[in-house]
Amino acid sequence: MQQILSFLIRNKNTLLFLFLFAISLAFTVESHSYHKSKWISSTNFLSGNVFGFGSSIDSYFNLRDVNTTLVKENQQLRLQLERFKSIPIDTSFTDTATYNSPYKFYNATVIANSFSKKDNYILINKGQKDSIKPDMGVITPNGLLGIIENTSSNYSRIISILNSNLEINVGLKKSDHFGTLSWNGESPYKAQLIDVGRLAPVKVGDTIITSGNSSIFPKGIPVGKISDFSLDQSKSYYKINVELFNDMTGIGPVYVIENLMKPELDSLKNSTILNE
Amino acid sequence: MNNPFIHIVRFVVLILLQVLLLNDINFLGYINPYLYILFIILLPAGINQTRLLFFSFLLGITVDMFEDSGGMHACACLLMAYVRPLILRFSFGLSYDYQTLKFSKTPFGSRLTYITLMVLVHHLTLFSLEIFNASHILSILKNTLFSGVFSILVIIITTTLFSKKRT
Repeated sequence: MQQILSFLIRNKNTLLFLFLFAISLAFTVESHSYHKSKWISSTNFLSGNVFGFGSSIDSYFNLRDVNTTLVKENQQLRLQLERFKSIPIDTSFTDTATYNSPYKFYNATVIANSFSKKDNYILINKGQKDSIKPDMGVITPNGLLGIIENTSSNYSRIISILNSNLEINVGLKKSDHFGTLSWNGESPYKAQLIDVGRLAPVKVGDTIITSGNSSIFPKGIPVGKISDFSLDQSKSYYKINVELFNDMTGIGPVYVIENLMKPELDSLKNSTILNE
Repeated sequence: MNNPFIHIVRFVVLILLQVLLLNDINFLGYINPYLYILFIILLPAGINQTRLLFFSFLLGITVDMFEDSGGMHACACLLMAYVRPLILRFSFGLSYDYQTLKFSKTPFGSRLTYITLMVLVHHLTLFSLEIFNASHILSILKNTLFSGVFSILVIIITTTLFSKKRT
């Protein structure tokens, strides 16, 4: 104890310098978004490697569960494939079995997950080297997961649905009504759907899917089912609690969706804003 | 007791001059002299190192508040203050006497070395933090050189103007 104290006292200037330097560096990184993103991507390199190592050990314990999920999904996809082979192709519902699909799917594995904070992020083991870019959507075999926020060369960070900053356009499966999905931070199993008009045929147990209105997710990705709903204060919109199909507490393999039409759609959206 | 008073006045005057006048010069678009570091250069040579670090942090963080740059000037001033004893020893000889070192009485050559080294350390840190990208090293060095020359000029002019008054 004596030696620690005497070390501290002998080097007090260096320690003071390092401490104040760290504080000013923290101020600098916090106040500029460019600095912040560079800092996050380089710390991603360190934390990504550590999480990757940990998850490669973890994944051995989950192999059996992952295998049964994948076999089930394979079975579903084969069923859909057979159905499409026998009827003429309906282009309003796109999935990987359709010709000339504008969507490309990449698979990845989750190496770090969180679901108990107010703003949750997920790390996956694919990055810029695997052509993952920010603003790509991410799904699991069960449903929606989130959107890619930041990439470094080997890892990517996803804003999960369990994040108070994320809003996704989703709709009812049985009609064309849509609303905004967000999360209030209370339960990792339920998200909130707002802005669905009063005339929509809402019933408990209805399936909620992505509406196809955004350029990030194709139409028809399952999100969850309605657990309860109520009219909001203005009495013209519903506030719906959606029980997510995805168990956010245990995620393994994910698919990252690239919309090949996204640059074209985005430039069209931005050009109409400029012309006003 | 007029010693700390002079330093406080110098602190306030240099900061006001810097943020109100000198940061808007933008010579050739991006070069600014940084005169406020004269405060650290002119602090007494025998001052306690802890106090030196605190004052330079205070100076840097005040300029940062005006400039909205986070903590860049604070980092640069801190580094400057940390290496100041080394630079003093290098420019003024191995065994300089702490108490009796008056800047007006030193030979011009060693004063120039001291000021140049301090300014270079400060500007290098400042521009490295501003650009924050190792692949733009040429831009960092170019900024450091040009701003450094400008700052050194302004500092030397100020010191000769304000110390010749005594003699």
